[in-house]
Amino acid sequence: MGREEKRDLILTLLLFAVLMLGVSLAERYLNTYLIRILNTACIYVVAAVAYNLINGITGQFSLGPNGFMAIGGYTVAILMLPLVQKEQVYFLQPLIWPFNSFSFPSHLFLLALFLGGVAAALAALLIGIPTLRLRGDYLAIATFGFGEIINVLANNFIPLTNGALGIKGIPEYTNLWWTVNWAFWSVFMIKGLVNSSFGRALKAIRENEVAAEAMGVNLFRHKLLSFVLSGFFAGVAGGLFVTLISTVSPSLFTFTMTFNLLIIIVLGGLGSITGSVVTAFIFAFLQEILREVEAPITIGAWTFPGIPGMRMVVFSVLLVVMMIFYRRGLFGDKEISWQLIIDRIKGRNESGK
Amino acid sequence: MKVENKEPLLSLENLTVAFGGLVAVSDFSLQLFSGDLVGLIGPNGAGKTTVFNLITGQYRPTKGRVIFQGKDITGFSPDLVTTVGIARTFQNIRLFGNLTVLENVLVSFHVRLQSSFLAPMFSLPSYWREEKAIREEAYELLEAVGLADATKEEAQSLPYGEQRRLEIARALATHPSLLLLDEPAAGMNPQETQELMEFIKKMRDDFNLTIFLIEHDMKVVMGICERIAVMDFGMKIAEGTPEEIRNNPRVIEAYLGVED
Amino acid sequence: MTWVSFFQQIMNGVSLGSLYALLAIGYTLVYGILGFINFAHGDVFMLGAYFSFFMIGVFLLPWWLGVIIGVALCAIVGMSIERIAYRPLRDAPRISALITAVGVSFFIENLGLVTVGARPKGFPRPELMKNVYILAGARIQGVTFWVPIISVSVLLVLLYLVYRTKMGMAMRAVSKDMETTRLMGVDIDRIILYTFALGSALAGIGGVLWACKYPQINPLMGTFPGWKAFTAAVVGGIGNVVGAMVGGFIIGLTEIMIVAFFPGLSGYRDAFVFTILIIFLLVKPSGILGETLKEKV
Repeated sequence: MGREEKRDLILTLLLFAVLMLGVSLAERYLNTYLIRILNTACIYVVAAVAYNLINGITGQFSLGPNGFMAIGGYTVAILMLPLVQKEQVYFLQPLIWPFNSFSFPSHLFLLALFLGGVAAALAALLIGIPTLRLRGDYLAIATFGFGEIINVLANNFIPLTNGALGIKGIPEYTNLWWTVNWAFWSVFMIKGLVNSSFGRALKAIRENEVAAEAMGVNLFRHKLLSFVLSGFFAGVAGGLFVTLISTVSPSLFTFTMTFNLLIIIVLGGLGSITGSVVTAFIFAFLQEILREVEAPITIGAWTFPGIPGMRMVVFSVLLVVMMIFYRRGLFGDKEISWQLIIDRIKGRNESGK
Repeated sequence: MKVENKEPLLSLENLTVAFGGLVAVSDFSLQLFSGDLVGLIGPNGAGKTTVFNLITGQYRPTKGRVIFQGKDITGFSPDLVTTVGIARTFQNIRLFGNLTVLENVLVSFHVRLQSSFLAPMFSLPSYWREEKAIREEAYELLEAVGLADATKEEAQSLPYGEQRRLEIARALATHPSLLLLDEPAAGMNPQETQELMEFIKKMRDDFNLTIFLIEHDMKVVMGICERIAVMDFGMKIAEGTPEEIRNNPRVIEAYLGVED
Repeated sequence: MTWVSFFQQIMNGVSLGSLYALLAIGYTLVYGILGFINFAHGDVFMLGAYFSFFMIGVFLLPWWLGVIIGVALCAIVGMSIERIAYRPLRDAPRISALITAVGVSFFIENLGLVTVGARPKGFPRPELMKNVYILAGARIQGVTFWVPIISVSVLLVLLYLVYRTKMGMAMRAVSKDMETTRLMGVDIDRIILYTFALGSALAGIGGVLWACKYPQINPLMGTFPGWKAFTAAVVGGIGNVVGAMVGGFIIGLTEIMIVAFFPGLSGYRDAFVFTILIIFLLVKPSGILGETLKEKV
């Protein structure tokens, strides 16, 4: 490993240590409300960098990440739900075998998350094989279609998903330790991939498919790799989400979730992993801030009724305005690297003399 | 001592391709031997790029075969064609615009990468060793084409002549035995053209290549090609040395541009 | 299943299909001319129902006048969307236009939720539609008749506009080759506005007729019909107006028939339509009447 790579790895691990310290402090001193937002933000980070991998880096426009999050979420829910809950929740039709006969103990949470990711990845494989042959908007529509089909299945396949009622009572294992770790390591792994030869191959596919293929890049296999990896992390994000809020239902993973992710990666910059991390946090906080707009406001003796749906109006206007005026997003397709930070610090030192 | 190789490196046999009702290439046959520098000329729309596309797999011939190093590679997908040792540049430059000059060349090394995708994800040292090796070779290639100073530039910001050189470097990075150049001199001034001609000959010798090129610039064609094939309306109408072609009445009749 | 109920289902299918056909035209026109999928089209459909609802219910206009104004408002909305959100992206990659369309769609839907609320409202149906007729032993609501009759009439008018007027010819020219048409001195912007006005008006009419058939209207009522209409446009051949009509009837009949023969699967009806869409995109993207294009290397 070269000198620069060693340095970068050490800096990254230092950052990790700092983050872990931060988490322990946060768990002790921050109020639950703020922690909840941070948890949500980290989950969005996982989902968003996964989404940016297929949309922004590889240039293959998928509109179906909500489906993969749903698969991951339901998988984790079904695995982790205690047997007692399984009896209670599935009162319309009992949960199908073998899931009705076992339940993961808490120390297998990581395994459940991993399996959620794998389930989503398998779905991505099955969906990707036929659809990744499509170009541009047709790919978008086909993936959208699959996302909707998964939603319909979640609503109707009652013996597995309990239909529209959803599943309640999922143990709340997710906390800052889990979300921050998953966010950090997802970014680490995906950035590692993007900065490697594979990342270059994916970007080449985005830039010019014909030329990429002529330089030896197998288009189908690489698109599929990107799609499946993207599905895996989306599934994990879904699993983290359901164990954060302790419920799962089809309404959690509708196209609106895809829309949220779309805003995040467009705002951050299609093709910038760093950008998605930043805007995932911005979005999570913005969601909360705007929730105030939706709630009733009391000023003195007057109570103004809340405006539900106002959040989405703001976000949709934001998206349209961005697409018209600022399509590059905050970071464009650029990343922040340790080298950049070091150069910046050095530059400032020199000019400060 | 140089051994005369009697087996052709590339053999195009009766290539025919039709799109809808239009026959773009009809019964095209040609042989290239190791070390050759062959030109393909003809009026616009004659089907020259289509022949290239048939060789490199962008199109599949409706009739005929492509034999390379004794193997039938007809209908191979473009990425597979690259792995057997044929590389190409494009008539309309197809660089990876938002990637840097270095990254453009590095893409060509990807096909020979040994590491799996998991290695860089977990930052394994085995991956970094490979990355270091390919970067070194990429730098050497960029030096050879004179782009060593521009490695960090965005490909789309390069001046036109440098973009063409980058395309060639990128093609060379795939370790080809046969290099197809589609109008490499397009848009170049006389001095650049002269440099290009010398560059192509040097590439052929330094990298042990066989070169097949399409060109409209007659100075280039007559200047460096040892053999020339002429196409018109999808068919080969003549083949021979520059002298023979220059004096061929059929060629003169179909197309013989003014020498620059 | 008896012949009578089968006949009823056929009528239902034709009725539904004609609505999908009306809606599908807008998708196919926009795709043919601008090359992207107007995600927000289904929401214009919803606006047709709501605008008319307010004209009739709040402004107390007679039914036919309320509908005409409502549909005209839809046309205006469609043109505004084009002018504000899509025109700036005329030269951008098609995916950017698609993303923007998604944004516009969410905007309209949520603006609707914010202004009128999520609770469904009852759409006023004219007497004509409410009557029940007995035909060949089957009880058929007036609306089941009138919807296809009105839709088909509108479609015929549309065919006339597209194939027999100068505007229509200009539209077809732009969809074949925008650059050349522009070079011939045609005002592209005006044609595109006209196209959106036309498509949106049809969607508005479709929305009103839909509300006559299913009188509970809500701000999200346009999403699924929109997707099914889009599927119809693809099945018939995207970019082809006649194809959109044919596709509409095919999808409408298929949907009704599947639910009729497999009532246990009715919850999956949307999944079926999406499956048809995906199959066509994979196997025959040019649809039944469309043409295929290849990329030049």
